[in-house]
Amino acid sequence: MFAGEIRVPINSDQDIVLARQKGRSLASEAGFSPVDCTLVATAISELARNIVSYARKGEIALQLVRDSRRSGILITASDEGPGIADLRLALRDGFSTSGSLGLGLPGVRRLVDEFQISSSSGHGTVVKVTKWRLDHREK
Amino acid sequence: MEVPILKQGEFLIATIQAALSDADLEHLRLALVQRVVRFRARAVIVDVTAMDVMDSFASRTLREIALMIRLRGAETVIVGIQPEVAFAMVQLGLTLEGVGTALDLEEGLVYLNQKFKALN
Repeated sequence: MFAGEIRVPINSDQDIVLARQKGRSLASEAGFSPVDCTLVATAISELARNIVSYARKGEIALQLVRDSRRSGILITASDEGPGIADLRLALRDGFSTSGSLGLGLPGVRRLVDEFQISSSSGHGTVVKVTKWRLDHREK
Repeated sequence: MEVPILKQGEFLIATIQAALSDADLEHLRLALVQRVVRFRARAVIVDVTAMDVMDSFASRTLREIALMIRLRGAETVIVGIQPEVAFAMVQLGLTLEGVGTALDLEEGLVYLNQKFKALN
């Protein structure tokens, strides 16, 4: 079950579809419910889209993870794009700098269980999100 | 991945058959608006049953399609949003506000037929 990391280079809108399909099949193989597989795929789609829109290229890495009590999937979206100058602002609902709906990051945060972001202006962005399998998730 | 658009009477039916890239969705938007004009269609049904994910881009594009088609005096109904997809959309904060929806193609046709019968 721990086949290591799946890395999907993100260079175009086609890669967004590829990344979310890989994420869905990994989640499905790991025993996630259909709803959670869709949440995982949707989160990947949004993260990959941010890469294409803001940084043009980057990578989505998918990994099955486990702690002492539960198993889950870790999604890491990384790019070396312009970075986000004000993270607090970017995580606020309704904020966007590319004229999109501005739901990107706060929306993704609602789809997953854990959300971590590090970014600074000019040094790219790394977003790490984890979705735990429902039967293991903390109530 | 081209989305087939079928003409059925005064309606157009676009059936999405697989996951669509952003470019595919933009192509669908243009093709639908052009065909509404060409066929003088009164309504468009977009069947999204096969769509794996409805993210912010997809839902924004569908909304734009519906708004453009409304400006042509026709109506759009989105049918077949899967329960998991609906769940993810709501979590993400996507509502498709102002766009007609129906359970499936059959329900969409019933809705439109009733609506246009009432008008005639």
